[in-house]
Amino acid sequence: MIPDLTGGQTAMAALLVPLLGALFTVGFRNRPNLRETATLITAGAVFALVLSLLPQVLAGERPGMVFAEPLPGLPLSLEVEPLGLLFALVASSLWIVTSLYSIGYMRAHHEKNQTRFYLFFAVAISSALGVAFAGNLFTLFFFYEALTLCTFPLVTHHQTPAAKRAGRVYLGILLTTSIGFQLLAIVWTYSLAGTLDFRPGGILADAGISGAVAAGLLALYVFGIGKAAVMPFHRWLPAAMVAPTPVSALLHAVAVVKAGVFTVLKVCVYIFGWEFITETGASEWLIWVAAATIILASLVAFTKDNLKARLAYSTISQLSYIVLGALLANKWGIIGGGMHIAMHAFGKITLFFAAGAIMVAAHKTEISQMKGLGRTMPITFGAFFLGALSIIGLPPAGGAWSKWFLGLGTLEAGELGLLAVLMLSSLLTLVYLLEIPVKAFFLPPDEPPSNPGIKEAPLPSLIALVVTALLSIGLFLYPKVIYDLMALVVGS
Amino acid sequence: MLDHLPILQVVVPLMVAPVAALMRRRDAAWLLALLATWASLGIAVLLLLRVLDEGTIIYSLGGWAAPWGIEYRVDTVSAYVLVVVAGIGAIVTPYARLSVAREVGHQVAPLLYAALLLCLAGLLGITITGDVFNLFVFLEISSISAYALIAMGPDRRALHASYKYLIMGSIGATFIVIGIGMMYMMTGTLNMADLAVRLPLVGSRTISVAFAFLTVGISLKLALFPLHAWLPDAYAYAPSTVTAFLASTATKVAFYVLLRVFFSIYGVVFAFETMTLHWILLPLALVAVLSASFSAISQEDVKRLLAYSSVAQIGYMILGISLGTVTGLTAGLLHLFNHALIKAALFMAVGAVMYQVGSVRIEAMRGLAKRMPWTMAAFVAGGLSLIGVPFTVGFVSKWYLVLGLVESGMWEVALLVLLGSLLAGAYIWKVVEAAYFNDFLGDLEVKEAPLQLLIPIWVLVAANFYFGIDATVTAGVARQAAQLLLGMGP
Repeated sequence: MIPDLTGGQTAMAALLVPLLGALFTVGFRNRPNLRETATLITAGAVFALVLSLLPQVLAGERPGMVFAEPLPGLPLSLEVEPLGLLFALVASSLWIVTSLYSIGYMRAHHEKNQTRFYLFFAVAISSALGVAFAGNLFTLFFFYEALTLCTFPLVTHHQTPAAKRAGRVYLGILLTTSIGFQLLAIVWTYSLAGTLDFRPGGILADAGISGAVAAGLLALYVFGIGKAAVMPFHRWLPAAMVAPTPVSALLHAVAVVKAGVFTVLKVCVYIFGWEFITETGASEWLIWVAAATIILASLVAFTKDNLKARLAYSTISQLSYIVLGALLANKWGIIGGGMHIAMHAFGKITLFFAAGAIMVAAHKTEISQMKGLGRTMPITFGAFFLGALSIIGLPPAGGAWSKWFLGLGTLEAGELGLLAVLMLSSLLTLVYLLEIPVKAFFLPPDEPPSNPGIKEAPLPSLIALVVTALLSIGLFLYPKVIYDLMALVVGS
Repeated sequence: MLDHLPILQVVVPLMVAPVAALMRRRDAAWLLALLATWASLGIAVLLLLRVLDEGTIIYSLGGWAAPWGIEYRVDTVSAYVLVVVAGIGAIVTPYARLSVAREVGHQVAPLLYAALLLCLAGLLGITITGDVFNLFVFLEISSISAYALIAMGPDRRALHASYKYLIMGSIGATFIVIGIGMMYMMTGTLNMADLAVRLPLVGSRTISVAFAFLTVGISLKLALFPLHAWLPDAYAYAPSTVTAFLASTATKVAFYVLLRVFFSIYGVVFAFETMTLHWILLPLALVAVLSASFSAISQEDVKRLLAYSSVAQIGYMILGISLGTVTGLTAGLLHLFNHALIKAALFMAVGAVMYQVGSVRIEAMRGLAKRMPWTMAAFVAGGLSLIGVPFTVGFVSKWYLVLGLVESGMWEVALLVLLGSLLAGAYIWKVVEAAYFNDFLGDLEVKEAPLQLLIPIWVLVAANFYFGIDATVTAGVARQAAQLLLGMGP
């Protein structure tokens, strides 16, 4: 079915197929069944394309292509390297599941403007894959901004005053950080190094900059990549929760936020080069900002009774694990950070799917209302439990691996304080996430259920959340592909 | 025939203008204007291609060689500006037909087309001439026709705006002619190339005074902060077509004149080392960017809002030249082209709203996205370009400007510029939120603008994205032009 494409063309096709699918979505706007089928087929095709790149990349190839040259000497290009492929695999595989989930959710919730929803969703996926496959920092920035803009209509989908306010915060923070800090950092890097290519070992090592300048530049990147939600630039993520749940699930637990931490990893590995960060001590104080974000966001999560808000703060905390891994700037930290992109994605999307299922089936959004609900929705809360295990980092869930390597990274860097932060945060996560299924299964309902008709969510949504929960467990048993990809990144 | 292209560039619109004025039917005048503007664009493109191919073209008027006669001189810089100005003229005229018919009386319309052509001829003349007095003459042609154009606005306040512009513009013109007079007094020549040779030999303070007079006079025409007071009213009350045309050409040509005076006549050494121009231009440009952006945020009339935004954008261009480096100058020149595309698209989209709704106040645009989706989408696209989002021309300008600042070691200014560009986001978003996050409560009859308006708008929007993704040509030409102005390279 797939014609003979070179690796670079395959990567390009993976970017274009969602856009093509979006056209079908618009074409079939009056026939919802065909429209959703088109979305599912598109998602499947994109995953197949991305997967077909895996053997080449594992064999050490770096397929790529140049597709435009906006400014002389600064091409827009694609290059598939292991870290990007990992991110693309995660995003494209979860798109299939999310599409399935959306069908149940959007219909049961009687959402309006569903065609626009599917259209911008597809564009967002295309942009996320663009971020993943970007061949240089210039290209990455292009897709990064495209991702911000095309998710705006999704965040403000309901077009209510609340959505408008949230949209302001969303765009305000993401654009301010990316244009104010990140773009400045990119231009600065370009004027120092004369290139923006991603190269193993970095491009700044030979630029002859002092430790202080390197630290300042790295800070501009870490804060400028607002999608990584490092405090104090995290407020856009809770704000984005006004969006329909599939958006929160795929975009604000996977594609958008992971695009942020992925960019941080890319910058640390391919622009600075991790040896250079260690030599100059550029990340010495920044790493504590990430550590503070981990703890503070966990503490805030405790105070949230709204389930989606709690999950959002949990995401902020987990994202900083990855940032911390990148800033540790050693082999284990980067492997752990990269693996956590995948592990957290599968775990957190399960939690969001469950939150959406509860909202659709039982019309409950606050955790305090969910007492006893586990008896009527056992599958949903069971999946929630498995997803939560992965986020906490307990066996038998995939998250155990990434946290293991991150822990090794802190030891390698000789930072026992950071190890303590990771342990403490896991403990906090354990309490604030497991509280939810425990309440649902073991506490009796407050009052006799007012509407006895509550049952599980629509079937497509239910299938989706079971699949992602099982994948979270599966990744504990078979983490090898992910580990192999990350091992290629650090070159061992 | 081809040898006479430089003079045809000016003569075609200049000669068609009176004929258009004599037309009694509106559409006949419009058709003449259309043909003349398209012919001008054709000539400008031919000239640019020839210049890129063969180098500077020198054309002596009436066969009289330079020191005695008037010389037209087309180099990369002027050819580039000619294409921008003629291009905007050619895209605005098709749009003008419906918009002018709605906003301007039946009898006045032919006069409007005549004045538009005269203004175009003046602007093209300023750009192409190599003689400073001739430049002054064309400046007056373009300015006087601009006063007339603004006065034709549908609102009576247009008369006041035009009068204010007339007073300010005349002061500017007087300053310029005094400056020219002083230069002539000291050197005995009006030819730019001659002036460039002779001025350094004159040790007198008079030429410094002339420099100051010229700078202030041109800054008035350019609406550089704090000499911009005439601009917001003029743009807000002029007919929509006129606003779109003037906003993307008149200030650009004034900017070009500034470049000629600074770099071609006086030279970068005199301007930046003797007169320490950057200490004047850099702060003024920064204040222009910040203060005008804040003023724009508080506006309720969208045309006025965009007018303040223009003042801010002029600040960016001036910031580019105040660096006195190739990258800075490239940024300024690129923004000349890019801003013309952006502002023309935005003003034309707003003009389409005026055409359908009859008002361009923000409250009149509430919920309008449901009724005029294509027009508002064009506004959003143009707005994104103004903010400088990747894939748009606005990004290209910003990239070069920030690169220029970082190269010159002024990264604090770079940070200010980037944060300042987010202010553009704030005022554009005011309109976007009004249009997209409300229900439309106005007239039930309001629907999408006709294709005659939409097509030119979307051609410009497409250009905004095309030249944002493929900027090698524009950036290449701008860089060549910058090197030429700084006296290096070809």
